[in-house]
Amino acid sequence: MLDSKIPAGKLEEKWVDYKGHCKLVNPANKRKIEIIVVGTGLAGASAAASLGELGYKVKAFCFQDSPRRAHSIAAQGGINAAKNYQNDGDSVFRLFYDTIKGGDYRARESNVHRLAEVSVNIIDQCVAQGVPFAREYGGLLNNRSFGGTQVKRTFYAAGQTGQQLLIGAYQALERQVALGNVQMYTRHEMLDVVVIDGKARGIIARDLISGKTERHFGHAVLLCTGGYGNVFYLSTNAMGSNVTAAWKAHRKGAFFGNPCFTQIHPTCIPVTGDHQSKLTLMSESLRNDGRIWVPKKQNDDRKANDIPEEERDYYLERRYPAFGNLVPRDVASRAAKERCDAGFGVGTTKQAVYLDFRFNLINKYGRVEASKLGIENPDEATLVRLGKEVVKEEYGNLFDMYEKITGENPYEVPMRIYPAVHYTMGGLWVDYELMTNIQGLYALGEANFSDHGANRLGASALMQGLADGYFVIPYTIGNYLADEIGTKPIPTTHEAFEKAEAAVSDRIKTLIGIKGKQSVESFHKRLGKIMWEKCGMARNEKGLKEAIVEIQQLKKEFWSDVRIPGNINEMNTELDKAGRVADFIELGELMCKDALDRNESCGGHFREESQTEDGEALRHDDQYMYVAAWEYKGESDWQLHKEKLEYEVIKPSQRNYK
Amino acid sequence: MEHYSMNLTLKVWKQQNASAEGNFETYQVKDISSEMSFLEMFDVLNEQLIHDGKEPIAFDHDCREGICGMCSMYINGRPHGPWHGTTTCQLHMRAFKDGDTVVVEPWRANAFPVVKDLVVDRSSFDRIIQAGGYVSVNTGVSIDGNAIPIEKDNADKAFAAAACIGCGACVAACKNSSAMLFVSAKVSHLALLPQGNTERKNRVMNMVSQMDKEGFGSCTFTEACEAVCPKEISITNISRLNGEYAKASLASDKQ
Repeated sequence: MLDSKIPAGKLEEKWVDYKGHCKLVNPANKRKIEIIVVGTGLAGASAAASLGELGYKVKAFCFQDSPRRAHSIAAQGGINAAKNYQNDGDSVFRLFYDTIKGGDYRARESNVHRLAEVSVNIIDQCVAQGVPFAREYGGLLNNRSFGGTQVKRTFYAAGQTGQQLLIGAYQALERQVALGNVQMYTRHEMLDVVVIDGKARGIIARDLISGKTERHFGHAVLLCTGGYGNVFYLSTNAMGSNVTAAWKAHRKGAFFGNPCFTQIHPTCIPVTGDHQSKLTLMSESLRNDGRIWVPKKQNDDRKANDIPEEERDYYLERRYPAFGNLVPRDVASRAAKERCDAGFGVGTTKQAVYLDFRFNLINKYGRVEASKLGIENPDEATLVRLGKEVVKEEYGNLFDMYEKITGENPYEVPMRIYPAVHYTMGGLWVDYELMTNIQGLYALGEANFSDHGANRLGASALMQGLADGYFVIPYTIGNYLADEIGTKPIPTTHEAFEKAEAAVSDRIKTLIGIKGKQSVESFHKRLGKIMWEKCGMARNEKGLKEAIVEIQQLKKEFWSDVRIPGNINEMNTELDKAGRVADFIELGELMCKDALDRNESCGGHFREESQTEDGEALRHDDQYMYVAAWEYKGESDWQLHKEKLEYEVIKPSQRNYK
Repeated sequence: MEHYSMNLTLKVWKQQNASAEGNFETYQVKDISSEMSFLEMFDVLNEQLIHDGKEPIAFDHDCREGICGMCSMYINGRPHGPWHGTTTCQLHMRAFKDGDTVVVEPWRANAFPVVKDLVVDRSSFDRIIQAGGYVSVNTGVSIDGNAIPIEKDNADKAFAAAACIGCGACVAACKNSSAMLFVSAKVSHLALLPQGNTERKNRVMNMVSQMDKEGFGSCTFTEACEAVCPKEISITNISRLNGEYAKASLASDKQ
């Protein structure tokens, strides 16, 4: 039933062959075809701009007040590309290999290889748009390294890479708006997909200022709506990031792939109290220069700088000498949890470890600068001063952000960090063309499940978002739309639009009519707690089964006791949030179900029942070498479809970063 | 770092919608931790209002890590509050002490009409970008990223200008409601790079013209914008814009 449409032929020739043979839409016909793009992050903005440039009539939607504010903007560390500018042995194959291995052999070879191929075009495209990447003194592009790799292939703009890439895509998008090729709908939220005769033909959206629902027709619909990490309440996602668009599509028949694959990022600022509304990431790039440690003694209450070198446990360097502090995120997160659970955590809550820059500040940067200046036998204070300048240039905004949040100066004392929910590898199931199992409905970027398997490597989310939007969808969508050139725009008076809009309005009326006692936020917090405790960094059968029951109860309680003040036909942020939380509750149940079904550990999914003697994740390729694609059948009822993963080029092995 | 808790009096602008009249409402909040962010304090207040059967205060916010540019509160007479180089969402409650009164308003500018409470409409900024804040390249035609070396100093300056988050604090702080810091940051970012060079003349003319059309005021160089910019965008960008504008005007053969 699931056809992934992977082209035949050798791995490295598949994409070239596909592009050479896919169907095309001629320029005159493109002007007659309308495409809806939901979301304006890296995937959505790049897709909307590129499709507008090609001549399609595009309608783009975002819930923020401007497309420039989508959460891609918060990505910090960088974007990978197989340019091999550093002459350190990088290649398309290595990027492909690292991504497959990093994903713990749960991604599709063909998609990942294509991603590695187009990665080089992304950098060229962004430079041409004026994205101000970091440069060397010679004027050429600079690189740094990221986790899970042994080459330097990450392009960056200080700690604001996502912002600069998104502004590039946003500017390209606004250029198309000015040219009349893209019509932009800000402060609009998609609340349903309209499917006619098995094909996606439009959406129902709500104007978040007037509260009115609207009908929009499209020959195709692209969901570029990001991930669902906010199901955990606390995550590094923006407050507005939500699963609603993808969930509505799921309820309309689109399969949800690997929902339990969640990335817990190892380096985030720890939780301080119940008031916490979100968590802030400290870029993985900091692990280039920061060394992670805890005291060797349990419950050591001394200040970090008072603990002598020999009493510190650099546990990542100890456990994983080959990759050290640059092991992949899932590995680093579990190692931090292990130390804290064993009583070695630091800070007031003891749920934190140190990320310490002093060593590299002095030895890596301080000494180079001193040497440049011809200072012989510099003392430590001089080295610290010189090193600080370089670190400031590399990560300045991150250090400032840390200090603003915690009130501590990370140049002087080590950062305290702890893992937090950051990214979701799962998402809508898509085929090689990024189409879901509903004809004409596509999912791009984090919203789809396709490229990162069970764990995403750092600096690969930006790469995937832009690959999908700039270089994949412009080709693959033509292959579908070539057969749609005869389809006249369907009037939005069609009964499918009527019905969809009525269902959306009914749900809104039901929600606001409950008039219960508990706030939307309180339900979201409770859901998050269940998910974090029972479907978080470590999962087991008992916990997951309990979680499913608890979530079902929470859902009942929500629909009978939620309180939403205000009215429908006005700006009502509580109402917006209520719809999103209702969808998160349903998703949470599916995530637990998926986690329960997958009785193996792989990547970010760690089942306590399945680990090696020394506590590493243990895969079971014989049983679980598949993508779990879930079909919605009704309330709390799903059917599992399996897409078998075939490895033709890479031979899966147990991941080893030692 | 010593943590403490505080009680505060808040005077917040309430306005039902764009056409309604607004007024200040006074609220009391209790047991606010110095570790909270300013917006988390607003979360506490809103939960309290919902609990009491009232409508919460509408305010814009999203990433809560100082980069999306959505949050926009005018706190005690200063955009984004008392801390230098900080967005509202990164402002933390240790900036205040027990018993303080805090006045919170939306951005005030003709080109940023109030939508509701503390939420304003900043789509004028998008339209200024539409007027020329880009490099006119389509996807797929580019040359190798390293084909044109860029002097590091220029690349760094372009990056510093490109750090603008489009929040509008510069406009809110300016007595003329001028958008010159925002516009000059984009003009500078692109004019400093070889990729943006080709269109630099048209870009500056068109963006300035759109800025005027949107109803932003003139720049009288009071430097208030730079003082409140959460990304510390320098007013040297305004000087650069003026230079670009003069050169473009002189070179223009349009009569």
